[in-house]
Amino acid sequence: MKFGVVQFPGSNCDYDCYYALKNILKAPVEMIWHKEKEHNLKGYDCIVLPGGFSYGDYLRVGAIARYSPIMTAVIDFALKGGLVLGICNGFQVLTEAKLLPGALIRNECLHFICRQQTIRVENIDTPFTKLYHKEQVLKIPIAHGEGCYYADEETISELENHHQVLFRYCDARGEITREANPNGSLSNIAGICNRERNIVGLMPHPERAMEECLASLDGRLLFESIVIQLK
Amino acid sequence: MWLVKIKVRLKKGVLDAQGKTTQQALLALGFHQVKEVRIGKLIELKLDGESREEVEKEVRDMSQKLLANPVIEDFDYEIEAREE
Repeated sequence: MKFGVVQFPGSNCDYDCYYALKNILKAPVEMIWHKEKEHNLKGYDCIVLPGGFSYGDYLRVGAIARYSPIMTAVIDFALKGGLVLGICNGFQVLTEAKLLPGALIRNECLHFICRQQTIRVENIDTPFTKLYHKEQVLKIPIAHGEGCYYADEETISELENHHQVLFRYCDARGEITREANPNGSLSNIAGICNRERNIVGLMPHPERAMEECLASLDGRLLFESIVIQLK
Repeated sequence: MWLVKIKVRLKKGVLDAQGKTTQQALLALGFHQVKEVRIGKLIELKLDGESREEVEKEVRDMSQKLLANPVIEDFDYEIEAREE
């Protein structure tokens, strides 16, 4: 079992993911530089697209990274059923690459929001969420300026019908309310998966909720779910 | 040489938080006649091409692939012939 963390120019949560996987989960993990055009990702079981500001968020968030050399291999890996996790900017890259539906646009409030957030686990039948229990409320930090999830009505109902919404912003009691929605995301969506359930994108940062000193351990089960899936 | 101006706008129905905030600022400045503000992007390109048709095909292709995201944005463009 091996994880790969892709580094784009402007990624800044790459080492957070690397540290979380290597030091906390004790899982084999390697960094993959985005320019490795010939890389076929052979030997990897899960690819993480980390948070950050790839290519300075120029043009649109994730738009340039989506055509980065490594992405040909990532798309191929994902379409063959490999596990792909996009966190924050990684989620934005996955939507730009059309591996996940919808788009992430400017937060409704226009602020960059960096704080602890409560989210509710909506679906546990994925390799990424299997160790959580349904409707479990998690404390996971968010840090984004463009996290407002948007898709047309038809796409939203498809996501709901196929149980592809994995996380929603909620209040401390687990209620899905407008007040608990930090960025204006439709249906309070914080994270989704594809229909085949091997590609996940979420705006919150589970890799920053892995140790007591970070005030939450709630991100651990996401990575542990993947490890158990791959064992 | 051709000069192409591509306008990229958020689709109707997609929340334009920047536009909304700018509208509020205009209203606060006393421009009460402002009913809506939508903010987009203007992308100017200079490119080579044998004919207007060829340039148009390229521009549509690059807009759909990269310059605009069809999930949230519409685009249109103007093409002008320029002296070298």
